[in-house]
Amino acid sequence: MAERVFMKGCEAIAEAAVRAGCRFFAGYPITPQNEIPEYMARRQPEVGGVFVQGESEVASVNMLYGAAAAGARAMSSSSSCGISLYSEGISYCASARLPVVVVNVQRGGPGIGAIQPAQQDYFQATKASGNGGFKMIVLAPATVQECVDMVYESFELAARDNNPVLVLTDGVIGTMMEPVVLPPMKSDEELAALKESFKVTGRACIGHPVGQRATCFPGSVGTGQEIANKEAEKMYATWDKDVRVEEYLVDDAEIIFAAYGISARISKAVVKQLRAEGIKAGMIRPITVSPFPYDTFANLDFTKVKGILDVEMSIPAQMRFDVDHAVQGRCPIQECRRSGGQLLTNDQVLEAARALIKEVL
Amino acid sequence: MERNIMMAGFGGQGVMTMGKLLAEATCEATDLKVSFFPSYGAAMRGGTANCFVVISDDEIGAPVCYNLEDLIVMNGPSLHAFIKNVKPGGNLFINSTIVTDPIERDDVTVISAPVTQMAIDLKNEKALNVIMLGVYVGYTEAVPEEVIIKGIEHKFEAKPKLIAPNVDAFMKGVEIGKAQRK
Repeated sequence: MAERVFMKGCEAIAEAAVRAGCRFFAGYPITPQNEIPEYMARRQPEVGGVFVQGESEVASVNMLYGAAAAGARAMSSSSSCGISLYSEGISYCASARLPVVVVNVQRGGPGIGAIQPAQQDYFQATKASGNGGFKMIVLAPATVQECVDMVYESFELAARDNNPVLVLTDGVIGTMMEPVVLPPMKSDEELAALKESFKVTGRACIGHPVGQRATCFPGSVGTGQEIANKEAEKMYATWDKDVRVEEYLVDDAEIIFAAYGISARISKAVVKQLRAEGIKAGMIRPITVSPFPYDTFANLDFTKVKGILDVEMSIPAQMRFDVDHAVQGRCPIQECRRSGGQLLTNDQVLEAARALIKEVL
Repeated sequence: MERNIMMAGFGGQGVMTMGKLLAEATCEATDLKVSFFPSYGAAMRGGTANCFVVISDDEIGAPVCYNLEDLIVMNGPSLHAFIKNVKPGGNLFINSTIVTDPIERDDVTVISAPVTQMAIDLKNEKALNVIMLGVYVGYTEAVPEEVIIKGIEHKFEAKPKLIAPNVDAFMKGVEIGKAQRK
């Protein structure tokens, strides 16, 4: 087995990006993701890449836009209110069909919120990271190892679709340290081939009239925008295969936990605890929160499932609406929530589970 | 088996380093699952600092726990703030040089060591955290001593002169920890 190294979530994210070929990083400081730009500031010069501390989030995301248009594997990271400032730029990248990777290490919100961890940006991440109704694949890691694996893979997904990819994590996973096994470093030859394969012309401006095709500015005249929207829709329709979900002890479960990211790893520990007591508990964890695994919830056997506990570090709950959409009232759904930087613990989730069990079992 | 450990003290006492050393060494030298989670906020020297380490043979859920097997307190305020979080039957490690208030629970085992004074006596004032880690490992055997020694060697790779005094400080702590084991 490859060597385990003990790394902080944010640093592991940065190293995974470098190994995936990220050679451009622009960002602006904000807690709790500062270790990503800090690491990149040191690491990018070592691999011949570019690190820029932008003068603002708006500047940074637009540098990302430019770097991706020029063919660089480009990433940026921020946290919650910083990501709000990225909205315009992400939307422009989606419009121009540029393969950028953005990491949101969530903190409390709305507004400036709290610097401590939360999962308060679910709707923003999955439904509207900017204007215009575009979609992104949104990956939600639950461990530092998954941060590594998902960031590494996100560059491939972005390149495959020519579309932004969002990695949605939080301040717990970003600041905690865990053992990780790092993926191989992409060679200079591999990166050169990737850059060569990237052609701005004709693909970064689908739908633009002839003559504008070599530019990378989104926005169209005539029927161009509608054509671009239809092209994007065709791409979204291919994402059924990309839905990823962890189903843990779901087969005979009477109580199902629904949770993503940090809340899911906590829920899983509680599922084990309940199983040890003979209670048939299970967990469904969306790994892609977009596209969301609606079918996994919709196809549950509701003659067996007596209740769902939605666990989130968000008040009000947000993912719960997607769970509701799939379950369609076929079993009761209760919530276990914290927010504003208050961390969920195993004990709190266990207590909420016991309340649900008392009611439905 | 899962072991939840919280370490707390003043900023500057090396609380984070103590947690990281334990966790990192466990990662490097064992196959166990391990996590380290620092509290963060307006941290500063003289302010409060605390961190959580979880060591388990199974996947780790929350990296933060308020139902602790072990609590290490390096100063008085931490004792008062966190003693309620120790499980009945859990262990409380105190830096008895400066933690002098009575312990208001009789369902926890108290292991005390004057680590601030010991560090001063060793003329290695900064090593109070390493001594306390020794006390902890000596008493609990949460990980083998050699694991931490390896971790110290690794940590001070760039400053090899510091290895011997820190290993020495660690072993002084281990002796105290072992002596208090029943």
